[in-house]
Amino acid sequence: MKKELIELRVNGRNYEVAVEPSALLLDVLRQELELTGPKRGCDDSSCGACTVLVDGVAMMSCTLLAASCEGQEITTIEGVSEHGSLAAIQKAYGDWGGAQCGYCTPGFIMTVKSLLAENPDPSEKDIRNALSSNLCRCTGYNQMYEAIRSAIAAERQGLVTVK
Amino acid sequence: MSKDFSIIGKPTAMVDAAEKTTGAGKYTDDLSAPGMLVGKILHSPYPHARIKNIDTSRAEKLEGVVAVVVGKDAPKTYGILPVGHDEYPLALDKVRYVGDNVACVVATSEAIAEKALELIDADYEVLPAYFDPEESMKAESDLIHDHKPHNLEKEYHHVFGDPDKGFAEADEIVEARFIANEVTHAAMEPHSTLASFETDPHTGKPGRLTVWSSTQVPYYLQHKLSLVLDMPMAQIRVIKPLVGGGFGGKSEVIPLEIIAAVAARKAQAPVKITYTREEVFWAHRGRPRTIVDLKTGVKNDGRITAVKARVVQDGGAYCSYGVVTILYSGALLGALYDIPNIQYDGYRVLTNKPACGAMRGHGTVNVRFAFESQLDELAAKIGMDPAEIRQSNLLQPPCITVNGLRVQSYGLPECIEKTVARSGWNDRKGKLPKGRGLGIACSHYVSGAANSIIRSDMPHSTVNIKIDRDGGVVVYTGASEIGQGSDTMTAQIAAETLGCSLPRVRVIAADTDLTPIDIGSYSSRVTFMAGNATLRAAQEVKQLIAAAAAKKMDCAPEDLIFRNDTVERTNGHAGMAAVGRPAEQNSAATVSGRVEGQILRGSLQQKRKDEGPKDQMTFEEAVVAAIDFHGALTGTGSYAPPPEARGGKHKGAGVGPSPAYSYSAQVAEVSVDEDTGEVTVHKVWAAHDCGRALNPVSVEGQIIGSVWMGMGQALTEEMVWKDGMLMNPGLLEYRSPSSVESPEVEPIIVESIDPEGPFGAKECSEGSLAATIPAIANAIYDAVGVRLHESPFTPERVLAAIRAKKNVKALNLTEGIDPTAPQRFREHGGSLWFKGKGPERHPLDPSRREVSAGGAD
Repeated sequence: MKKELIELRVNGRNYEVAVEPSALLLDVLRQELELTGPKRGCDDSSCGACTVLVDGVAMMSCTLLAASCEGQEITTIEGVSEHGSLAAIQKAYGDWGGAQCGYCTPGFIMTVKSLLAENPDPSEKDIRNALSSNLCRCTGYNQMYEAIRSAIAAERQGLVTVK
Repeated sequence: MSKDFSIIGKPTAMVDAAEKTTGAGKYTDDLSAPGMLVGKILHSPYPHARIKNIDTSRAEKLEGVVAVVVGKDAPKTYGILPVGHDEYPLALDKVRYVGDNVACVVATSEAIAEKALELIDADYEVLPAYFDPEESMKAESDLIHDHKPHNLEKEYHHVFGDPDKGFAEADEIVEARFIANEVTHAAMEPHSTLASFETDPHTGKPGRLTVWSSTQVPYYLQHKLSLVLDMPMAQIRVIKPLVGGGFGGKSEVIPLEIIAAVAARKAQAPVKITYTREEVFWAHRGRPRTIVDLKTGVKNDGRITAVKARVVQDGGAYCSYGVVTILYSGALLGALYDIPNIQYDGYRVLTNKPACGAMRGHGTVNVRFAFESQLDELAAKIGMDPAEIRQSNLLQPPCITVNGLRVQSYGLPECIEKTVARSGWNDRKGKLPKGRGLGIACSHYVSGAANSIIRSDMPHSTVNIKIDRDGGVVVYTGASEIGQGSDTMTAQIAAETLGCSLPRVRVIAADTDLTPIDIGSYSSRVTFMAGNATLRAAQEVKQLIAAAAAKKMDCAPEDLIFRNDTVERTNGHAGMAAVGRPAEQNSAATVSGRVEGQILRGSLQQKRKDEGPKDQMTFEEAVVAAIDFHGALTGTGSYAPPPEARGGKHKGAGVGPSPAYSYSAQVAEVSVDEDTGEVTVHKVWAAHDCGRALNPVSVEGQIIGSVWMGMGQALTEEMVWKDGMLMNPGLLEYRSPSSVESPEVEPIIVESIDPEGPFGAKECSEGSLAATIPAIANAIYDAVGVRLHESPFTPERVLAAIRAKKNVKALNLTEGIDPTAPQRFREHGGSLWFKGKGPERHPLDPSRREVSAGGAD
């Protein structure tokens, strides 16, 4: 298939990339832009490790055509840190054991970002429902809830603490 | 807790946490090398077939294909166990399961490689295949491996004490068959390997090989690569980047790891192979389907008099860790309770399915499910509380069990006590509304195997520490961080021992060129063994520093305390060397925390400045003094299990012994919908004796994770087979529980302070898994009065049991259809590889039978 030039806006920067029309967003991010934070855990939107934000909405980039994202604002895990420091949710995931092997973590953090943007004060049930789009094999999810609650509290206090 | 620690025992974020939460950390598939090519593997479409011919010429002609690798490119056998070298990197003459490795295409892109796979013409002669272990054991012809009669990989028959006498003394005996179906690790990171050869500067030919791989065992990989590629180990460097979970699935050499290296050699370029999720399911090495025929006898006072277990494991097509798995199943009948008489008959059977191997709780889980379920039945028979019957059979450590296992620290009594108290067991058991119940069960696991799989007296772990003039502590360890917190544990032990702060410690891990040998992250051995090696290495360096610092401070080395980045004299001896120490100097050193401009100068200048001995030095000052005094500052520590912990002398005694065992007791609260058979787990209270919690956040995470994975096996996870074809090779179809299906787990840490563990620590990552399945089974019994003998406890199985109890006709939910019919089997379009088609079968295939009626549609 012949490649076409497309323009993607990722983490606030514009990139021109030549991709095949069938190229998936995940492959373009990982291979062309070398943003390897989004992971491939399955091949069929089962696991959510590839989750990125497209115009603020959590999407699984493994089943999304890169060319369809032209003109949209894409955020990967690499765009979550603030001014070179960990965002509250990143810090909390580390402190509360929300990440063990860490392979699913970028996807989970993007899902949480999307949830909190929509609902800044989610109930336990809201959090569970939102996280069910992603799979983790290490944590049993329990410590993630603590991390999320602590991040919400930290954001509320305006204390984005950095170790 | 008796001693005050400054680093260990405090909740600590993992040292690599930021790498993981920012996406900056690199896993193998995130790596690339200049000129790197992509490898794709052709898998067998048949469960058992002879390869007549492989013609790769059409594939080789495709533009972009660089090489096609087949079996004869590396016709050497390997296997993780020395007794099980039965795998070829790519099949030579026979394929033994659907998904077996036949050829590998190396191309410039994944798309081209996939296209080329379709151009490989492979001719097979289909052979009868064996899928059921009990059928397979009867095989006389068409054996899976010619040298394994009756497809029996290994059998063991152990008798300890006098089981016949034990059963004769029993007041109650229960006998039943339990079946635990097959489960797999499904770690989130699919296996990936990148292999690259360097050109030798002297010969101009390909020389050293570097392999980056998602492995729990870099040193075993180095060893197997050396066997297959016929290269010295010293010419092979294995580097383990971040690993996205293992659970045992990466604890042996997986075919792609060898194939990538063989392919890189043939293609003369770096080659990366990453499995698709479906390929991960075929690579498997998970927990085998296990048939347990169990008989237990008890006295009316609850004492167990004898246990007899016959265990048959459906091991799949290759040995893998099989011999060890079947031995663990028998050996760890001991060391949890005091059982005077044990008979064990274990059979590891070969079948035409992907090989089973080690998975979290290796070999112990399925037998524990059977045992703890049966113990519950016996408690009911003699009218005893299920918690009490467990308390009636405690060991009296220190002791050696009837099957030769040495038990020292033993937190099981406290685990039972705490979990009973926290769950409100005594007030709530049997008093919950109908359909809701509580169940209790216990389990245990080794803190590393006392005998390594390659028999030798070499240390199991070695750690080097280097400290330079900057005061930076670098720990070199072969231990493999796979997400369990190994690197953090290493840093914590080094920092605690040296009395320095955590950020001062840098851990370089799992790189065979840089780090001393460590046999890997499996059997929960890292904290105990690599931890002890780290402790000893740090103590060695500390002694060197203390010797130099003591000279400076004019005291004995034993009088020094290392803490909070300072080295100071104990108060008791202050008088002895009180040669007018200006107090302000102490505070200056403490405040600045560094030696101003002195690091690269000699201590002579420092001495001039300091004038005379002091009471306190900063860590850097002490380090500089030590380097000036000794010339260099390095330390080495290693760990080998003590001979007393290595077990008995009988055949197979090598598996089971461990320097220390962890203990767990759990209570699960469930409800059962009697109309649908659906089981919901509301909460699990899990007490785990980990010796000492070095990092409580990690320990709790490991307990919760183990319980959660056990719950998955108990309720939903199951590999469903149809004629050797996996019906559910996807994460959704395999049904790994999501956040909405996952209960609250309350971890309760019990610290028994093991006499040999580092700071008393032992295992915390596997032992809790096994108790969860029977705790849920026992809770289901409490809720609706049915005893489940087969896991997972799916709605169909639970409903069938409920209806059988009520004497109601069984509902055949799948009547008239064959839901696993091979023409269409995955809900969203079938296997990606087979495009929805099932494997062709031999006419004499024992499994071949008429499909009753209808199709899948």
